[in-house]
Amino acid sequence: MSEVKKIATRESYGNALAELGDEFPNLVVLDADLAASTKTAVFQKKFPERHIDCGIAECNMMGIAAGLATTGKIPFVSSFAMFAAGRAFEQVRNSVGYPHLNVKIGGTHAGITVGEDGASHQCNEDFALMSVIPGMVVMCPADDIEAKACVRAALEHEGPVYIRFGRAACSIINDRPDYKFEIGKGSVIKEGTDVTIIATGICVDSAIGAAEKLAADGISAEVINICTIKPLDKELVIASAKKTGKVVTVEEHSVIGGLGSAVSDALSESAPTPVKKLGMQDKYGESGTAGELVHKYGLDADGVYASVKEFLK
Amino acid sequence: MAMTNQELQKTANEVRKSIITALHAAGAGHPGGSLSSTDIFTYLYFEEMNIDPKKVSDPDRDRFVLSKGHCAPGLYSVMAEKGYFPKEELTTLRKLGSRLQGHPSMQYLPGLDMSSGSLGQGISAACGMALSAKLDNKDFRVYTLLGDGELQEGQVWEAAMFAGFRKLDNLVVIVDNNGLQIDGPVDKVCSPYPIDKKFEAFNFHVINIDGHNFDEIKAAFEEAKKTKGMPTAIIAHTVKGKGVSFMENQAGWHGKAPNDDEYKQAMEELERIGAAL
Ligand SMILES: Cc1ncc(C[n+]2csc(CCOP(=O)(O)OP(=O)(O)O)c2C)c(N)n1
Ligand SMILES: [Mg+2]
Repeated sequence: MSEVKKIATRESYGNALAELGDEFPNLVVLDADLAASTKTAVFQKKFPERHIDCGIAECNMMGIAAGLATTGKIPFVSSFAMFAAGRAFEQVRNSVGYPHLNVKIGGTHAGITVGEDGASHQCNEDFALMSVIPGMVVMCPADDIEAKACVRAALEHEGPVYIRFGRAACSIINDRPDYKFEIGKGSVIKEGTDVTIIATGICVDSAIGAAEKLAADGISAEVINICTIKPLDKELVIASAKKTGKVVTVEEHSVIGGLGSAVSDALSESAPTPVKKLGMQDKYGESGTAGELVHKYGLDADGVYASVKEFLK
Repeated sequence: MAMTNQELQKTANEVRKSIITALHAAGAGHPGGSLSSTDIFTYLYFEEMNIDPKKVSDPDRDRFVLSKGHCAPGLYSVMAEKGYFPKEELTTLRKLGSRLQGHPSMQYLPGLDMSSGSLGQGISAACGMALSAKLDNKDFRVYTLLGDGELQEGQVWEAAMFAGFRKLDNLVVIVDNNGLQIDGPVDKVCSPYPIDKKFEAFNFHVINIDGHNFDEIKAAFEEAKKTKGMPTAIIAHTVKGKGVSFMENQAGWHGKAPNDDEYKQAMEELERIGAAL
């Protein structure tokens, strides 16, 4: 399946905004001197008067978005995840989250697959930061199809939404005719009985690869794609955990406060199940290519395969 | 029909009494900055803004953002005076179940145009509202009130740069220059002076006024309306705790409520001021 053209979800983000601009006349896009990288420049080209470059001032940008939202606009605020969720955290919390304003945040260049820029730009904390804000929806699409579906769903949803997009090109995994996206709903990519691998974003592809390797060893792994970290599809997670009795989570995020934590929370409440959390183990990333980094930190198919084998021992 | 200065002063005095009453009932809150801003609140809500307490969702209404959200008692008191909600409700300030949260929350109280409380953020939201009016060719105007200590927040200047650059001439930033913040005089803590020159440098039209003189307040807002192509900053020179003798110019009265004796004395003083008007 990875033979088809790969595309980074940030590209999908920019394309989706441009495609939806006519259908959503209240959509305005804000950026902080990163339009070329976040890909909002694609929207800017088509709708120049509805693209507001706020300069390198993310905290102010978040407040501008809040003010716009009070008047009925639907602002999509864009920056690197590090600065949208990190630098402007308190503005998101107090100016957007607390008044429950209809602001959408697109955090691009998240996780270690930012690559060469290094740890200062590799945000492995955005799920945690955004998830603790009451009423905030947190999503992380796995491919181009899901990324575009997320943008539309966010525009149709009333209330604050955070979506994480990646820098690195990734495979298309959702090109099924019956694909349907819904906020809060995960999907079973492959059914299995021995272990459940729950992944998000670019790591879904690794989970699929790991499941293929496990199958060769006679291990039947169920692969679940969780795009909405919050609200989590607890029903799906619990049902699968009850079936397989073992859960592995995979994310390009700290194992503290992200997908692994959300899954563990859900299971510990109603279906205690051993959970192995793969992700950044309370560490910063570093410079390197995206491929080198996911390999080093055990988040590629080989790494996930090895960790699952170890966990099942 | 414009109100006379005497009517405005009487209204402001009623608002000050409400502030003291609400804070006394709450047993906590911020009198100093609420009292220094009272004349500005009064002018905005009774003369300047195109608003109607019966039409709080009118898309064309003027907007007000209390960037210094801790002065909620001042805002709530003027709103009650204007008829947004019954004055009796003011004594629920800060209490469990009250619509009058410790800092303004639009989720609780209809008529608030923005939630605030974390200093430095309200001015950005005000810029967003003003920008929205520009994008849609609407005529509504946006007002935001900041503390002079609040000017130490970097976000204020991010917003000022944006407003100046975007020529948001439908935006009026009012600075309550009462000279005090929590830890003492602003120019002893970390001086924001010169305030006027800073806003000028950010491409604002700047007006310095006595923030307790209704002639000057009126003239400043009129001038702001005539100012095209740039936002206006009104630097209002005020007395923190204005109207209550023992609170005036005292940093210690920034964030504490009067006890029973202090409440009595404050109300007597305000009654006397009212009677003399
Ligand atoms: C971001 C932030 N930091 C600190 C505070 C706590 N705080 C509340 S009021 C205040 C002093 C404000 O002084 P000033 O802006 O001069 O207000 P005023 O004198 O008008 O009351 C501080 C530090 C806050 N509310 N928000
Ligand atoms: Mg002050």
